[in-house]
Amino acid sequence: MPHIILFTLIVVAGTGGELCVSRAMKVVGEAPSLRPTDVAKVVLRALRVPWMWLGGGMMAVAFFALLGALSIYDVSFVVPVTALSYVAGAFGGVVFLREHVSHQRWLGVALVAIGVALVFLGKN
Amino acid sequence: MTTQKPPHLKTYLLIGVMIIAGPLGNVLLGKGMKHIGQLAIWPPLQLLHAGLNILTSVSIWSGIASLITFFVAYMLVLSWADYSFVQPASSLAYGIVALLGYLVLGERVSPLRWTGIAVICLGVFVVGRTNPRTTAQV
Repeated sequence: MPHIILFTLIVVAGTGGELCVSRAMKVVGEAPSLRPTDVAKVVLRALRVPWMWLGGGMMAVAFFALLGALSIYDVSFVVPVTALSYVAGAFGGVVFLREHVSHQRWLGVALVAIGVALVFLGKN
Repeated sequence: MTTQKPPHLKTYLLIGVMIIAGPLGNVLLGKGMKHIGQLAIWPPLQLLHAGLNILTSVSIWSGIASLITFFVAYMLVLSWADYSFVQPASSLAYGIVALLGYLVLGERVSPLRWTGIAVICLGVFVVGRTNPRTTAQV
């Protein structure tokens, strides 16, 4: 399939973007409260972290890839396939953020992968 | 975080907003892109033309507004409700996007695709039931 690159971009750039933002937010730290001044301070601090810009850029790439995929395929096909981000997220979390992924989460990730395979097989 | 209080009405209300606004946003983006047609990346003039069509599409902007509504509802609800409660509920969104695609855009959804979507919803539900804070260190 020639447009497989679009789905790869949606999933990889989308998940990569979220991982970068997550990493940036770990550097920035939690907001002490939800007051606008505290939130603004956190946002300004986040903008000084290069991971945030990399993450934002990757999410923008993922968004335009999504628009590209929607220009070709049905939304009821494209959006379920993007659930692959749960699979990429679990692997990315383990590899890049050294997170521990529980057995139950792996079971969910496996179900998502099976579901996406069925959606692909059921493509009109 | 470990206290077991019954979820408030506003929690259900915002989850309702999430599982409608998210899929609706995607369906509106889909509607806009179907109207614009397949994106051509080359020659650059063609890409510029497509970019202008996207920027002037009411459906695309309505879709973006709907996705922002989803995101705000998601952030708000997560500020007081547990992720492990919110995420499984939002797994329904995959079913709703297919239903909206079928009803609003007239997409043909095969039984195998419905099955796949149901398995994805179940998978996302299972993923969401797990504890999101899994790192040993802060």
